[in-house]
Amino acid sequence: MNLDIGTISLPITAYASILHRISGVALFVGVAILMWLLSVSLSGEDNFNQVKALFDSFFCKLIIWGVLAAVIYHSAAGVRHLIMDLGVGETMEGGRRGARIVFVVSVVLIVLVGALIW
Amino acid sequence: MVTAVTNWGRSGLADWVLQRATAVVLLAYTLFIAGVVLFGPELHYAEWKALFEQTWVRVFSLAAVLSIAAHAWIGLWSVSTDYLTERLMGPKGNVLRLFFQAFIAIALFTYVVWGIQILWGNHG
Repeated sequence: MNLDIGTISLPITAYASILHRISGVALFVGVAILMWLLSVSLSGEDNFNQVKALFDSFFCKLIIWGVLAAVIYHSAAGVRHLIMDLGVGETMEGGRRGARIVFVVSVVLIVLVGALIW
Repeated sequence: MVTAVTNWGRSGLADWVLQRATAVVLLAYTLFIAGVVLFGPELHYAEWKALFEQTWVRVFSLAAVLSIAAHAWIGLWSVSTDYLTERLMGPKGNVLRLFFQAFIAIALFTYVVWGIQILWGNHG
């Protein structure tokens, strides 16, 4: 039996889990960006329009899209956790199916948000 | 015997419940803001400012910021106690973990103060 975790290929559920963690850590920083946007947007009409103008820059669009992508994935994976807490999808096959659904839903929403930004 | 001193609620079960309660608050707030941006009329400064001048929006926003502080602490505490450990890094793992946790605590406290300032401060 191979117990060396470094050489075991990860199942889809493990990718769902580690991405939940990575997106969570990213959001710790992303929240600062979102709060900064809120702060500036509420501090006067000119500043509000400057925040709107940020959406004209490719680089700014990319950063905002990245933060929103993390919000979307982290939320979808979080909802899956809440559903599993209710006892739904806790089997091996249920876990795999849930992970696949989270990936599909996230990709669709992330692409949609990207289309809205661009 | 319980020896945990850095986790939020001093009990894994309390943290587990709080992680979910704060997650629900944050999901509701995310959907609320998404709804305003996506389905509301086109946003101009006057409407945007008026929205955040309503007391219930400020209270909801404060609930979201406080939820972020608790949720991020429980989440990053879990991450730090998994990877920044003596088992994985030797004794320096303990030092690194405590510095990491101190940094997170200061940052989250800053988020809370900043959030109150954004919501209730004078913006001119």
